[in-house]
Amino acid sequence: VTGGPLRRAVAVLGHVPGDRFAGLVLAALAAAMVWETRKLPLGTLAGPGAGYWPLVLALALGALGLVIAWRGGASAALAALGWDEAPHAAAILAALAGAALLLERLGYRLTVIGLVAFLLGAVERKPPLVVAAVALGLALGSYFVFADMLKVPLPRGPFGY
Amino acid sequence: VWETLQNLSLGFSVALSPAVLAYAVAGCVIGTLVGVLPGVGPLAGISLLLPATFGLNPTIAIVLLAGIYYGAMYGGSTTSILMRIPGEAASVMTCIDGYAMTQKGRAGAALAIAALGSFAAGTLSVVGLMLLAPPLASIALRFGPPEFTALLVLGLLALAAMSGGAMAKTLAMAALGLLLGTVGIDAMSGFFRFHYGLVELGDGIGIVPVAVGLFGVSEILLTAGAARPPEVRQPRLAELMPSREELKQSVGPVGRGTLLGFLVGIVPGSAHIVSSFLSYAVERRLSKRPEEFGRGAVAGLAGPESANNAAACGAFVPMLALGVPSGPIPAVMLAALMVHGVAPGPLLIDQQPALFWGFIASMYVGNLVLLVLNLPLVGLFVQMLRVPYPYFYPAILVFCLLGVYAVNQSVVDLWIMVGTAIAGYGLRKLGFEVAPIVLGLVLSPMIELSLRQSLALSSGSYLIFFERPIAAMMLAVAAALLALGLVPRLARGGWRRTLGLDAERPAEE
Repeated sequence: VTGGPLRRAVAVLGHVPGDRFAGLVLAALAAAMVWETRKLPLGTLAGPGAGYWPLVLALALGALGLVIAWRGGASAALAALGWDEAPHAAAILAALAGAALLLERLGYRLTVIGLVAFLLGAVERKPPLVVAAVALGLALGSYFVFADMLKVPLPRGPFGY
Repeated sequence: VWETLQNLSLGFSVALSPAVLAYAVAGCVIGTLVGVLPGVGPLAGISLLLPATFGLNPTIAIVLLAGIYYGAMYGGSTTSILMRIPGEAASVMTCIDGYAMTQKGRAGAALAIAALGSFAAGTLSVVGLMLLAPPLASIALRFGPPEFTALLVLGLLALAAMSGGAMAKTLAMAALGLLLGTVGIDAMSGFFRFHYGLVELGDGIGIVPVAVGLFGVSEILLTAGAARPPEVRQPRLAELMPSREELKQSVGPVGRGTLLGFLVGIVPGSAHIVSSFLSYAVERRLSKRPEEFGRGAVAGLAGPESANNAAACGAFVPMLALGVPSGPIPAVMLAALMVHGVAPGPLLIDQQPALFWGFIASMYVGNLVLLVLNLPLVGLFVQMLRVPYPYFYPAILVFCLLGVYAVNQSVVDLWIMVGTAIAGYGLRKLGFEVAPIVLGLVLSPMIELSLRQSLALSSGSYLIFFERPIAAMMLAVAAALLALGLVPRLARGGWRRTLGLDAERPAEE
């Protein structure tokens, strides 16, 4: 049973034409933005307030999204776009999100060592010695060039790294 | 003319000072590397290196960034010709006949023709920039908010009309970028919009995290999982000399590409990308042997290569003279100048003559540096491409992380980069162009401010845009572009295909 409904949903989604899907997502995003602009003063046509321009843009985006969806019936189905690289991409994104989370907590050098080690070791399955050398080289080398030489402020974290 | 020459001599005195010259050379070399490496591209490259210019004076900073820009234009041709990988989007057309020449054993000649064409186009376009920017700036001094609103609207619609692919998709991306540009404190009322408790968003969403996410990281997401690395061919130095016949065939296309590229470059939009498509279409149309296009036609290589370099130069005209970026790359450079306390616009030439003319002169120097450096160093660049991608992309990601964080020392910027990378991956997968998002992001506050200022001037009457001749003319052109793109019969198989905007990409051939 596990994953059954999800798999079925993915299979159904795979048949949806790509442009139709994209157009509907854009229209949904536009609808959310229209909803958000209710918190802002709209002003009038002659004297627009802070919410006027975002509302105009959200309505334009929504209309364009619907046009794309309407005209996108003949575009390639989502499944036909080829998603072989998607697991790889997801792993890279996860690593990047982890780095964003840890950068100021651990410091630049430790974070970069972790990021590169994860990408080379876990994602690309490279030999441990090579992974260690590249991770250390990149972390220390880039810190030396940018922070020490070019004086770009990079976080050091509680351990001083 | 005498005044221009005097100003140019001031420019050369700045550009040939050891420090500026060293940074111009450094910019050209870094730019070439950025152009050669697939997945970085000039926009992400400039964005990433922006923090490294913070400690420099404004003249040196702009010379360095400009060197990276046209160096990247130059470098993008190397991977296109040798590996059929466009290092950046403007090199897509170079792939077609450049790679075909490589397959015919003329890789060296193709590289030399691309380098010579780029040099000629770059140098001639700087003359155009030098002659056109000052008078344009003096005209722009007469621009009020309505003219600026019209100009910015024209820029966005020109981008939509000139971009490859469906106009509705490009307009949707521009609207998305404009919408992102509304985040932050409203300049007129002080209202903090769409902040969700994040004070870091007060100044709005930064262009650097968005550009790096959409272009740099999303490219890695799309290519890192590719099954087989592309083959690299390395030409011998002895093969670099084109034959007399090849040189003769390239003269006309270089001249036409330069003129076309420069003119397209001035018009706001993704100029350097569009110009290479246009030039390819023009050369194919003018050729006595159009059947050779796609099979190693010299004109199919020389024209687009010249056009994209000329357009890169032409794009500086509105940026320096009007303070209006004509595309995402000039937008990042505009942001860089502002970081250094320099406000580009009509007053720049009078108030900062050393910066303006030093920049112009450095472009002459940079073009020469690129020609001298590039051909002998082709072998070195090719060796770099042999580094396996699994080792290569983590390094690019580290630079993305570093570059984005360093601009504001903000983790929020990193999350914006991650978010836009996901969006960029999905959108590119679905066939959307992401460049209009970046341009929209930059133009949004400008359009909104000038629109509201115009309405304040006219006591709320929209007629102000039609009563002032320059604004009315620009809006009429914008409306014509919109109509051309939206009328299906014209758009389908009509002028856009004639101009090469709907031409098949090489990957699809």
